[in-house]
Amino acid sequence: MRGDDGVGAAVAAQLRADNIEAFDFDGDGAELMEMWAHQGQVILIDAAVSGAPLGTVHRFDANSDVLPRNFFRHSSHQFGVAEAVEMARVLDRLPRNLIIYAIEGHNFNLGAPLSKDVELAVLDTVDRIKADIAP
Amino acid sequence: MTKTTSRIIKVDALSRVEGEGALDLHIRDGKIKDLKFRIFEPPRFFEALLRGRDFSEAPDITSRICGICPIAYLLGSSQAMEDALGVSVTGPLRDLRRLIYCGEWVESHVLHAAMLHAPDFLELDDALQIAKANPELVKKALKLKKLGNEILEVVGGRAVHPVNLKVGGFYKVPTKARVRSLIEPLKWAIDASRDLALAFGGFEFPDYEYDYTCVSMRHPDEYAIQDGRIISNRGLDIGVSEFPDHFVEEHVAHSNALHGKTKTGEAYLVGPLARYNNNFDQLSKLAKATAKDAGLGKICINPFQSIIVRMVETLYAFEESLRIALAYEEPDASCVQVTPRAGTGHGCTEAPRGICYHRYSLDKNGLITKATIMPPTAQNQKQIEIDLHGVVERYMDLADEKLKWRCEQTIRNYDPCISCATHFLKLNVTRD
Repeated sequence: MRGDDGVGAAVAAQLRADNIEAFDFDGDGAELMEMWAHQGQVILIDAAVSGAPLGTVHRFDANSDVLPRNFFRHSSHQFGVAEAVEMARVLDRLPRNLIIYAIEGHNFNLGAPLSKDVELAVLDTVDRIKADIAP
Repeated sequence: MTKTTSRIIKVDALSRVEGEGALDLHIRDGKIKDLKFRIFEPPRFFEALLRGRDFSEAPDITSRICGICPIAYLLGSSQAMEDALGVSVTGPLRDLRRLIYCGEWVESHVLHAAMLHAPDFLELDDALQIAKANPELVKKALKLKKLGNEILEVVGGRAVHPVNLKVGGFYKVPTKARVRSLIEPLKWAIDASRDLALAFGGFEFPDYEYDYTCVSMRHPDEYAIQDGRIISNRGLDIGVSEFPDHFVEEHVAHSNALHGKTKTGEAYLVGPLARYNNNFDQLSKLAKATAKDAGLGKICINPFQSIIVRMVETLYAFEESLRIALAYEEPDASCVQVTPRAGTGHGCTEAPRGICYHRYSLDKNGLITKATIMPPTAQNQKQIEIDLHGVVERYMDLADEKLKWRCEQTIRNYDPCISCATHFLKLNVTRD
């Protein structure tokens, strides 16, 4: 993992440890549309770089919010989260309920561990997701 | 006293290309005074950091040069090492290499043609607008691209930066069942890519042609993708090891990427158009018919029509993938054994954007002492500037915003990967 870029996988691992279904995805963002096809509720977690303080947890309701494209930096030749969400919206392929958590990272060096503030944000995000899916 | 008129057009950050670059255009009294295609993305010094590393590390390190065409780096460096170490990869392992390379062509060509280049012809800003205007076309393109990703996953272990390729072959070969699972989707994809080629053939293309020096690989038995000799439409026909005798790189002040040129100082063209023009006779019957039905002749010298050529090559890549998948039997061994020794090796493959050349020298322990890589976008830079001159002269009367758009479209004909070349577009136009 590239340092704080591993925050999504860290949240997913913690959710799985708590017996909540969660998947890691490191492929082409365009395939997210396939992954969430036919799903009612989807929560997506990714690292972000927006200039906010390290460990800030941003939360978006993708069904009502347009995602800021500069949060999720990605190659122009690969779809990032924002492009995948906006393309799915145009093609009417959004799940009924799509929540996005974007966690601010600073250190993206290859092999680096999560920053301390991002580790704390993992715990906070897991708690918020549990509240999101509570019956 | 005569009054001079000046126009300055600047594109400070070109969109829908990979990497960071800019274009400065200064027009005085209706003539181009200065035109510079600048690449300002910082260099990454891959060739220097390879020195001292083991030969076996080169494929995975060089593949990180590019997230779009990692196979070009994985295979180019592997072949160079195999050349240095005196082994060759043949039979079913070679077929698997061709299969995964077809997947990379599909991923790269479909995304560029349908999502990044097509908006230029429809006067739309991006793929989202195309999706609103023609959702079925975009759904089809996404499905095609996904199949390209799937080929990379089946053979390479994952769609982005595959991990299963090595000097000598693969860490593990895919099961017959996994490869055969591609067969039915591939049959659909051949028809779907023909549909896209015909749709793009209906675009209105700008009026610009150029008598290119087309440089590509050529294989005696097939449309060259992963190996062959290096040829041109001017009579060149050389082995890969002779590449440095005929082509050189020069540093120009306005670019962080070296400019490729022939040893006699001329620009040349690599990529889909060059391949198509040099190797049209080796395309399949259906690919040739699709090219004709989409409005292409046997030779294409209008670079804007490269969008059609990319879809013809996509169709061909799917046909090749189907052929290989139908015939696939699991090989007994996943790789050819290699033993370190001193030597120098050369490798060259057809990346989606054109030939990508590698040369490495090794010491007796197999450690890299010297590395040279010439990616396709670096080789095309000089020709891109020539095309820009021609297009600006042809469309000088356009208003600045329209001219700027046409310049960006011209650059996107090349699907330039600035990240590879160093590493796109700010257009700065000055009109005096």
